[in-house]
Amino acid sequence: MAKYLLLKHYRGAPAAVNDVPMDRWTPAEIEAHIQYMNDFAARLEGSGEYIDSQALAPEGAWVRYDGEGKPPVTDGPFAETKDLIAGWMIIDVDSYDRAVELAGELSAAPGAGGKPIHEWLEVRPFLTAPPTVTE
Amino acid sequence: MTEAQLRDLIPGVLAALVHRGADFATAEDAVQEALLRAWETWPNQRPDDPKGWLITTAWRRFVDLTRSDAARRNRERRVSDEPPPGASASVDETLQLYFLCAHPSLSPASAVALTLRAVGGLTTRQIAQAYLVPEATMAQRISRAKRTVSDVRLDRPGDLRTVLRVLYLVFNEGYSGDVDLAEEAIRLARQLAATTDHPEVAGLLALFLLHHARRSARTRADGSLVPLADQDRSLWRRGLIAEGVAVLQAALAKDRLGEYQAQAAIAALHADAQTADETDWVQIVEWYDELVRLTDSPVVRLNRAVAVGEADGPQAGLAALAELDPTLPRYTASAAYLHERAGDIVTAARLYVEAAKQAQNVAERNHFTLRAATLRQRVSKATE
Repeated sequence: MAKYLLLKHYRGAPAAVNDVPMDRWTPAEIEAHIQYMNDFAARLEGSGEYIDSQALAPEGAWVRYDGEGKPPVTDGPFAETKDLIAGWMIIDVDSYDRAVELAGELSAAPGAGGKPIHEWLEVRPFLTAPPTVTE
Repeated sequence: MTEAQLRDLIPGVLAALVHRGADFATAEDAVQEALLRAWETWPNQRPDDPKGWLITTAWRRFVDLTRSDAARRNRERRVSDEPPPGASASVDETLQLYFLCAHPSLSPASAVALTLRAVGGLTTRQIAQAYLVPEATMAQRISRAKRTVSDVRLDRPGDLRTVLRVLYLVFNEGYSGDVDLAEEAIRLARQLAATTDHPEVAGLLALFLLHHARRSARTRADGSLVPLADQDRSLWRRGLIAEGVAVLQAALAKDRLGEYQAQAAIAALHADAQTADETDWVQIVEWYDELVRLTDSPVVRLNRAVAVGEADGPQAGLAALAELDPTLPRYTASAAYLHERAGDIVTAARLYVEAAKQAQNVAERNHFTLRAATLRQRVSKATE
């Protein structure tokens, strides 16, 4: 088993095929989308492949160390930041192929017009602990 | 004996050990282990005196823990296997445990965790699951909290407000995992109300009961939110409402008003209305005025502005809102709602989109997004 992060972006991913912002959908389309996402997570829980999913608020801040005895510097949020993460799902699956298959299904969530969004999701494998058997 | 009934005994058991000279931190571990032992053995043979059994079992465990601790430090210490005779702990001593667990030296998260374990009798695993953190993290949080309060002497009355604040935090966390924190907060508030007749304790209990009564009407099966005005009031639990109102009335009769009684009074006025239209908004605004006076909280002023919008019309609500800081949480959502009520659908839709971006949970975000979409649909139909 291997863990993968399916990462969804507010900004920074290539444009989706059905690229209409959610607040321009009809109420029924929004409800269908939420239902699809809930069903998807429930199905992965049922198959024993679900770990976690979280949504992030769009606004955050940049923070860095500013030297001994000083409080950290904060800055931003910067409107021009190209990449903005919206949230993630973590899955634990048998193969990379399975991770891609599931990401594809997640990307098919319905959007405007009830049609799949075809949004781009990022699939990133977790680095694992070193194996016990090395030779 | 239900799990809740068993856990009701815990504060008294812990207070008995402390009363007989046990230190709080070790006694708390011992009580927790006695509780686990009770889970294992009571289904087969339940003792005649459950509390006495718990005290004896916990005391023996306390002795073991102390001896092994003493052995580690290579020091002899005489402790008897049997609890020393003496009156059992008084009600005040039980109350002291609440004060200790909510001690001001603890962070809110630590006070919540310690209260749920030491007074609530929940296991570390249950608390960890309820707050969605790893068990090891919660175990550390609890043992650090115990170290922090280990030097606090239990001979002076603590601050009841910090205890109420902790219970309020537990209640507001709601329910996730197999422990229902709202139910747990109500159970602890009931227990606390049995040990002290302070009207704010009753006010908090009433507030919990009145909000809890609406719980099943507040969300749909898919987790989406139902605003108060749209709730199916036949789903409200009348028994809880009647109890909450009775508890509140007894508290108000003492004529020592506090913020929880005022909040409960607002909840009671909502509960009293058979339909949303029958809500006595004028009286609700009066209670918000009391709350502003008691707390001077900007969040209360924001809620008051929305209530003014219902009592005196949306323009009055918007005027009240205009005096507040726009960066307040839910300011934008409140503005959206008042503009919608005022018939300015286009502005309301724009503000709901903004409110969705600022939402602090997914259910709220979905709700505001849906409101925006619904209003936009109405606009486009009107212009067709």
